[in-house]
Amino acid sequence: MTEPVFEAPWHAQAFALAVSLEAGGAFTWPEWTQTFGAVLAQHGLSKELDGGDDYFVAWVAALERICTEKGIAGAEDLRALRAAWEDAYTATPHGESVRIG
Amino acid sequence: MPHDHADDAPPHSLLPPDPELRVKALETLLTRKGLIDPAALDEIIETYAHKVGPRNGAAVVARAWIDPDFRKRLLKDATAAVAEMGFTGRQGEHVVAVENTPEQHNMVVCTLCSCYPWPLLGIPPGWYKSDAYRARAVREPRKVLADFGLTLPEGQRVRVWDSTAEVRYLVLPMRPVGTEGLDESALAALVSRDAMIGTALAEAPT
Repeated sequence: MTEPVFEAPWHAQAFALAVSLEAGGAFTWPEWTQTFGAVLAQHGLSKELDGGDDYFVAWVAALERICTEKGIAGAEDLRALRAAWEDAYTATPHGESVRIG
Repeated sequence: MPHDHADDAPPHSLLPPDPELRVKALETLLTRKGLIDPAALDEIIETYAHKVGPRNGAAVVARAWIDPDFRKRLLKDATAAVAEMGFTGRQGEHVVAVENTPEQHNMVVCTLCSCYPWPLLGIPPGWYKSDAYRARAVREPRKVLADFGLTLPEGQRVRVWDSTAEVRYLVLPMRPVGTEGLDESALAALVSRDAMIGTALAEAPT
């Protein structure tokens, strides 16, 4: 019985981002759990979270919230970069590595 | 024809789901600002995906079963006791070991999010992070245990411990009967992740 620790690579990436930011002093772990717990509670209002994909969707939303609240990432900047990544995926032929400028 | 759309446009890369694009945006921005290092992220992922897991906790439990002095130290100050075995690190700063007895069975939850003793158990399983477990463990622990196939004697009370960012719990299961002749590593093999969360018992040897 060996379930993968992370079901999708982006789950692992999101996990590592929070761990790395805490290690670098961007926020403390109690601050993180407060923010993440609040997001989980909000997301849990509309449906029962199963602890899989939806857990990491909440994790990403909590990362965005704590980074913008701490002033280390602007919400506008994040939206623009997300759009840039989407454009890059759409414009890059299948099989080539996707990059943004 | 529905399959003809690709004639003029070559297939582009598969567009990832929305949260993945948002993770990429975060990673790009924070890397540009020098707040994270992609190589450090890879190292964190490698550690938690492959190196740290419930075998660590099982080694601690087995040691506690065969070494009464270690067991005493574990119950008094688990953080220091597990550090003796080299298990230290993030989310293991304040570990408390709670011992199952014939009178009391212990189980662990994090009602806020998913606090968990990473150095001993790795990353928690999906069910530990689910709303269902987090909500029901405190309210109806015996029913939750029954869902895991675990029915306790009526006289044994169930105590539920709520992990936080400050305190993380490790359940010390009871040593199964018939294990007197087993060495430490054979004993550790009887200790599952769930037994250390309290949703299972240590297995009897086969």
